[in-house]
Amino acid sequence: MSTPATEPLIRVRGVSKHFGSFTAVDNIDLDIESGELFVLLGGSGCGKTTLLRMLAGFESASSGSITIDGADMAGVEPYARPVNMMFQSYALFPHMTVENNVAYGLKRDGVARAERRQRVDEMLAMVELDSFAKRKPHQLSGGQRQRVALARALVKRPKVLLLDEPLGALDKRLREQTQFELMQLQDKLGTTFVVVTHDQEEAMTLATRIAVMDEGRFVQVGSPAEIYETPCSRFVASFIGSANMIEGSVIEVNGETVVVEGEGGNNRFEVNHSEPVSVGDSVCLAIRPEKIDIALVTDQAATGSQNRLSGTIKELAYLGGTSILRVETEGGRVFEVTSPNRLRSVSGKHVFDWDDAVTMSFPASNAILLTS
Amino acid sequence: MIGKRSRFLTISLIFGFAFLYVPIVLLVIYSFNYSKLLPVWGGFSTRWYVELFNSPDVWSATILSLKIAAITATIATVFGTMAGYAIARFRKFRGRTLFTGMISAPLVMPEVITGLSLLLLFITLKQITGWPANRGMTTITIAHITFAMAFVTIIIQSRLTGSDMSLEEAAYDLGARPVRVLFDITLPLLTPGMMAGWLLAFTLSLDDLIIASFVSGPGSTTLPMLIYSRIRLGLKPDINALATVLIGIVAIGVLIAGLLLIRQQRQRLAMEAQDRQ
Amino acid sequence: MPETQLTTTQAGFVEKVFEWLQRNWAKLIIAIPFAWLLFFFLAPFFIVLKISVAELLIASPPFTNLLEWGDGILPSVSASIDNYAYLWQDPLYVRTYLNSLQIAAVCTAICLLIAYPMAYAIVRAPGNMKLILLLLIMLPFWSSFLLRVYAWMGLLADQGTINDLLLWIGLIDKPIRLLYTEFAVYVGIVYTYLPFMILPLYANIEKLDFSLNDAAADLGARPAATFFTVTLPLTWPGIVAGCLLVFIPATGEFVIPDLLGGGNVLMIGRVLSSEFNANHDWPVASAVAVVLLLVLVIPMMLYHRIQAREGAY
Repeated sequence: MSTPATEPLIRVRGVSKHFGSFTAVDNIDLDIESGELFVLLGGSGCGKTTLLRMLAGFESASSGSITIDGADMAGVEPYARPVNMMFQSYALFPHMTVENNVAYGLKRDGVARAERRQRVDEMLAMVELDSFAKRKPHQLSGGQRQRVALARALVKRPKVLLLDEPLGALDKRLREQTQFELMQLQDKLGTTFVVVTHDQEEAMTLATRIAVMDEGRFVQVGSPAEIYETPCSRFVASFIGSANMIEGSVIEVNGETVVVEGEGGNNRFEVNHSEPVSVGDSVCLAIRPEKIDIALVTDQAATGSQNRLSGTIKELAYLGGTSILRVETEGGRVFEVTSPNRLRSVSGKHVFDWDDAVTMSFPASNAILLTS
Repeated sequence: MIGKRSRFLTISLIFGFAFLYVPIVLLVIYSFNYSKLLPVWGGFSTRWYVELFNSPDVWSATILSLKIAAITATIATVFGTMAGYAIARFRKFRGRTLFTGMISAPLVMPEVITGLSLLLLFITLKQITGWPANRGMTTITIAHITFAMAFVTIIIQSRLTGSDMSLEEAAYDLGARPVRVLFDITLPLLTPGMMAGWLLAFTLSLDDLIIASFVSGPGSTTLPMLIYSRIRLGLKPDINALATVLIGIVAIGVLIAGLLLIRQQRQRLAMEAQDRQ
Repeated sequence: MPETQLTTTQAGFVEKVFEWLQRNWAKLIIAIPFAWLLFFFLAPFFIVLKISVAELLIASPPFTNLLEWGDGILPSVSASIDNYAYLWQDPLYVRTYLNSLQIAAVCTAICLLIAYPMAYAIVRAPGNMKLILLLLIMLPFWSSFLLRVYAWMGLLADQGTINDLLLWIGLIDKPIRLLYTEFAVYVGIVYTYLPFMILPLYANIEKLDFSLNDAAADLGARPAATFFTVTLPLTWPGIVAGCLLVFIPATGEFVIPDLLGGGNVLMIGRVLSSEFNANHDWPVASAVAVVLLLVLVIPMMLYHRIQAREGAY
């Protein structure tokens, strides 16, 4: 809104959607610029799919307006919108060949046969399925089907491509590979992508911007780094990645840092703060597991960070590249800490073991102070 | 657009059901008509019901039809279950194509052909072996079993192919021999299907006119044969009364079945809700 | 001593029977229904075929001479084609076959047009409602077919409900003839066979993935285009099954043309029945049946193939 000279490609203003007494989408404002890869992230029932279906035209908004490329979408049927969608289970027409699936949208638009052929061939080559053109969907693997669905939606050169859980049906390995292919494709075509997913890792990899949704509202909108490093609420901090959360209250405010007394007493933390807080406020501290330094008590090289805690390792999971440790402090609080396995261990003996006494520390700048 | 489409669907549903039910409703209404001339309304009366219940040939035809239907349904269910099991579980055996062909043919076979061919079979048999000496209840029952078992087979077969084999495999795994598995696992699982098959065979037999008229002999008149001989020449008010009684019985049966189904569904939903908590 | 020996052999026999059953139960399960069908379903057709190639002369009176045909089939071969030739030469039979096929085909088409939107609407109905609607479709199916046809006699008669209604509205001033016309036969067949069309269509539309409709709309297809390019091709098996389930029995229908058409409507089922019961011409009746079966064998095999494929899933 600060730069009215460039109208955003998608503009959503005050959109709500009610199903009976249930509110699926609650008064949402959103601008998406051309060329963005925008991800709607949230758990099931948060309203992300409903919002996507309203953009596609399958649901009409109960109130508010949706503008795409300057045109008001109210009353515009799905078949007349400048957007295309890649469906969750792909919705490939089982009775048509790959080629005819991809050509379907062009036929409906009355594109001439020669041009249609050329565009279908081009598209199939782009998703590397040119040799599968004559096959039926059920003769393809999951990954190939996903690419047909993508090709079918992109061949119409939509202004916006909507993707509903685009990688949900693929297994983990294929998903990671396809994430990058999807990004490269988006980069090459410059099409605006709006992706719906419940998978935060997928959202972090793909997105230029993420909107975290909960109960029909946007909780936070920002770049992946913003959302991870400075979550604005307890919900976002715990939904994206994992975090050790400590409820407590402010007992001292000095300059850049505040001192927080954790619940249960006898543990004080000094943390940076960006929002104004005053003594007596109840707040929450969030510390990411990988942002805590951990060392054996016997190890003298431990750092001199502001916040130090000692405890014992209660659980340990060796993941190869890293290990996840659960450390119980003397006060009975359990911290999750990730520690990179930098040294190769051949004897089966790792740096840390069950019941080791350890010291944890983190600088004031590593913790996040949450007020909401 | 979506509104227009669903309105079209609703209207077609209303007209479709009106088409299906208006004749039946009128039939029922006219059964309470005093007048002997059917279309003329002569006031409310139950005289045709009284006449119906006092008619001995209606009773004897009804009893014969019920007997045939009960025997037919029972034997057709046994044979149909065997055939359905064989088709669903034995992927390959000699004559499978012929077998499945003979199962699906009676579903669509014009009844005049089935009736004629069975009659000629019975006559030939009598010429060769002297049996059946008289055509009647036995021959009608045999004919009904033959076409009703095809319907039971289809029900059983679809139940078996629809369910996975893991329960049977679990029983094998726990040490049961094939015959044990059949009696301990497969048959109990098939009970609802067999009940549905029995009911279907029962109504099919009760409803059949053409095959029965071909293969019956003098003195054995089933209920449809009796109705047919009466209505061939026009409308008969006592037939309206009979129809109302039959429709009432079926409607009550279906109503009970429907209520049971809905209750089952509710219980399942309640159970799922409990799981979620 | 001999007594115990006897019991042991008896026990051994019972054991052997059990053992045999244990090993051969699968064969038994196939053999019993198979044998029944071979004997009571397949064998009769061969008898019909045999009688259709016999002569009426020998066949009258038919009871006594049946066995002679069985022994002397070769001598009667020369006369065999006569009955079929008779059917072919008599324009009445040819016309009756064609008329039956035409009536069945038209009724099938009308059934499809009524049933498709109904089946679609039932699929889209919410949970409990769907169950109730399905039961309502099946209810007439469970009640007597003959009485449902009879109900139409009351509606279509000269002093029937429809004529009364039209007179009362003033659309007509004297009753129009509805009963004992071809129109009445059409109505009766459509009415009777409608559930047979709705149920397979319902089963098929039920399986339809409605996200495909969304996908088509998203790719620019208007509702009509979506229907013809996606919904219709995908529900085609249900359409074919429903049509065959109506068309085949309707072709050989006997009760409906007899009760609603009177003597005015020629359908092959009626001709067969009257040839057999009234004229006692068994060879010709058999020939009529064989030709009817030949006419219907292709649609019946088609139906069998669909049935087998559905079962394989």
